[in-house]
Amino acid sequence: MKIAVSSQGGSLNAQVAKNFGRCPYFLIVDSETMKFEPVYNPASSMTGGAGPAAARVINEKGSKIVLTGQVGPNAMSALAGYGIEAVTVSSDTVREAVEGYLKNKKTED
Amino acid sequence: MKKIAIASGKGGTGKTTVAVMLSRLLSKKFKVRLLDCDVENPDCHIFFSDAPTEKEEVCVFYPEVDTEKCNCCGRCQQVCEFNCLFVMKDRLMFFGELCHSCRGCKLVCPQGAISEGSRPVGKLFNSKVEKNLHLDYALMNVGEARATPLIEKLKKNLKSGADYAIFDSPPGASCPMAETVAGCNYAVLVAEPTPFGIYDLKIAAKVVKKLGVPCGIVINRSGGEDKIIDNFARQKKINILFRIPYSRKFSCYYSKGVIKENFFPGLADKIIKEMLRI
Ligand code: SF4
Ligand code: SF4
Repeated sequence: MKIAVSSQGGSLNAQVAKNFGRCPYFLIVDSETMKFEPVYNPASSMTGGAGPAAARVINEKGSKIVLTGQVGPNAMSALAGYGIEAVTVSSDTVREAVEGYLKNKKTED
Repeated sequence: MKKIAIASGKGGTGKTTVAVMLSRLLSKKFKVRLLDCDVENPDCHIFFSDAPTEKEEVCVFYPEVDTEKCNCCGRCQQVCEFNCLFVMKDRLMFFGELCHSCRGCKLVCPQGAISEGSRPVGKLFNSKVEKNLHLDYALMNVGEARATPLIEKLKKNLKSGADYAIFDSPPGASCPMAETVAGCNYAVLVAEPTPFGIYDLKIAAKVVKKLGVPCGIVINRSGGEDKIIDNFARQKKINILFRIPYSRKFSCYYSKGVIKENFFPGLADKIIKEMLRI
């Protein structure tokens, strides 16, 4: 599974960005191998419509889930339109966020 | 017709006061049209007993998507600079509040799926308020993000027949102010002699220069630290046209909705003389 995480930097130890639309990067993490691809978020510097534009970035990367902080209403609609689920996490680092999410999912299953 | 914009970087420096005084003084000899371009918060009409009532609705282009015709090719999404259009798997999503009415999407759509819709953004008011003086203003609808379509429309409606048009600019130095000042023969920058005043005046003067409009400065509430403005004006070779002293009596009139055009003699003469010299 490809998990997208809004991130302040380009490594698994980077902080999770608390704002979905304007985060500087997304890390697209492969949940099996923990290999990741950092993707620059062009929406971080856009004047308007950042939320939906960020959703488009994740859609293009083929990820169906994003771990992040706050998601605005426009971003929510766009994510829903693309069929991407947004999960709010409170973890510090990207690694913790992914591991925490996978652990939760396991117990749920 | 000579067009004069009354602008400032900072808000509350006295643009409306100067615009109304100048319009009234000029209307004693000429036909004058006063345009209140501060469409987010117009206030010139407060100072006239016969406030304009004639209304005209202003609409802007708003794309209407025919979902039957749209095949989700994504061309409109590529061309939209404002992130309004998103192609989902089986439909097009449109975020209308971000639309800048550029018509790009309609132009590029190969399916003809986008048609000419429209959306009201505000109203125009205009009428004769005094002998030889006609006032036009616009009021933007609550929740609108862009003031420029209304300012454009106000300026477009300006017919010939007047000798002078006075544009009361919105505060600031961004798009609405630039839209107002562009194409004017002269700009009067109204500034206060305070650190905030000079900071914003510098930005406004830069914008006006970029637009190629000659300008002069009126110092309002003069008497304190005038030298911070004088120094800047000297450095940039911009003339100080007039100094309006602080006057409690004038402020009392103002608070009752009265602007006495003769209160500070010489204001109009100096502005006109300087404008004609340039
Ligand atoms: S009119 Fe322009 S801004 Fe509005 S949706 Fe179309 S391309 Fe985007
Ligand atoms: S350009 Fe036309 S056909 Fe293509 S996605 Fe946009 S509206 Fe649909």
